Amino acid sequence: MNSVRVLVGTHKGAFVLSSDGKRQKWDVSGPHFGGWELYHVKGSPADPNRLYASQSTGWFGQLIQRSNDGGQTWEPVGNQFTYDGVPGTHQWYDGTPHPWEFKRVWHLEPSATDPDVVYAGVEDAALFRTDDGGKTWGELSGLRKHGSGSKWAPGAGGMCLHTIIVDPSDPKRIFIAISAAGAFRTVDGGVTWQAINQGLRSEHIPDPDAEVGHCVHRIAMHPARPDVLFMQKHWDVMRSDNAGDTWHEVSGNLPTDFGFVIDVHAHEPETIYVVPIKSDHLHYPPDGQLRVYRSKSGGNEWEALTKGLPQKDCYVNVLRNAMAVDKLDSCGVYFGTTGGQVYGSSDAGDTWAPIVENLPSVLSVEVQTLA
Amino acid sequence: MSVRVLLPAHLRNLAGVGGEVVLQVEGLVTVRAVLDALEARYPMLLGTLRDHVTKQRRPFVRFFACEEDFSMESPDVVLPEAVASGKEPFLVVGAIAGGRHRSSSQGAS
Repeated sequence: MNSVRVLVGTHKGAFVLSSDGKRQKWDVSGPHFGGWELYHVKGSPADPNRLYASQSTGWFGQLIQRSNDGGQTWEPVGNQFTYDGVPGTHQWYDGTPHPWEFKRVWHLEPSATDPDVVYAGVEDAALFRTDDGGKTWGELSGLRKHGSGSKWAPGAGGMCLHTIIVDPSDPKRIFIAISAAGAFRTVDGGVTWQAINQGLRSEHIPDPDAEVGHCVHRIAMHPARPDVLFMQKHWDVMRSDNAGDTWHEVSGNLPTDFGFVIDVHAHEPETIYVVPIKSDHLHYPPDGQLRVYRSKSGGNEWEALTKGLPQKDCYVNVLRNAMAVDKLDSCGVYFGTTGGQVYGSSDAGDTWAPIVENLPSVLSVEVQTLA
Repeated sequence: MSVRVLLPAHLRNLAGVGGEVVLQVEGLVTVRAVLDALEARYPMLLGTLRDHVTKQRRPFVRFFACEEDFSMESPDVVLPEAVASGKEPFLVVGAIAGGRHRSSSQGAS
């Protein structure tokens, strides 16, 4: 029987949640690296026992941990993320030039075919890659040296590269997103990059239709349709049907189109999920009700999923890396909150139940579907 | 010289040590020499106390010994004889303030 392993990064450690295919009873392992911030934990599709974790604190900086046994034991690997050449400057919050400074790794994306190959998205925004299981990391500096780099600016969360999607049908085609620069695409494995933000409109920047400067919070893709991308922008839920060449809004009847997460059903490429958040200054759900919204039409028409979720006095947030889906026949959907709850649904969102309720604030959720 | 080094809890866990670390330091016992010896024996600590390349101390890491703060001193200043002889430990301390503000940016948009 299949089983699932949910990898949870929190403000005070990592947790591994395991269940069989029924997804009713869960074992909770952790905290791993207690007291450290775990921005992201993700497993290798090529070797599910190979996990990578981004571990950091403001005091002692960045570490990368690797597990070869599904998270039972870990070893620190290379943590040197040095920008290629003189990194130059980007825009600071006040519009003045500010030097690029490495702060932390937000996202780790293991290769689909080689467990030793991993991409790392970092703050200040850049993309790194390892080919030796994390021992050494090299920057794919063509992204940072894209002509627009000096115009990139941090969002309130920092200037972070938080989303990395490798096209499963063409591993040289990679999509990334940066707050607050926008989305970018390479078709040559990261040597050259193109900004793909046409159609995005952001009223809080001087030129709402600018090539770069958009605060993209998350991008999602169904692996069977790599030309169709879904985006939760700071405000607006967006869709592209041409691999990011152009975008159009699909917020439709959402109660608010601000939010962080977005994900796609494992078997239904037109079924997508978001968690609307009231506004960029409140950062909690509307009306104190935690609701996942599902669209079965690829956007525009949304239904609220509430069964099993708190519908009163709930003021948590769901951060951009904190939603994932499993690949079991009845697709499982998972998300974590800043209140420390991890909710799971084993029926594609129709009903929900907490897996754990009192973890530290959740930063990331990933799922592995195991044979 | 046998130098005793006391690490903060996070780094003791990372290095897999339970208490003080005793290091053999050749030549003059300076902050740099102690950190070089520490990182050579526990390479997982590379980058956690000072920058990989510039070797600058991380902003919220402090170095104390014999009730003195050596954080702002040149890393080549010779440490007191009591440290070099192992009578007093060299203390690596995580600053009591600052980590949360600098590190917790995920919740912002």
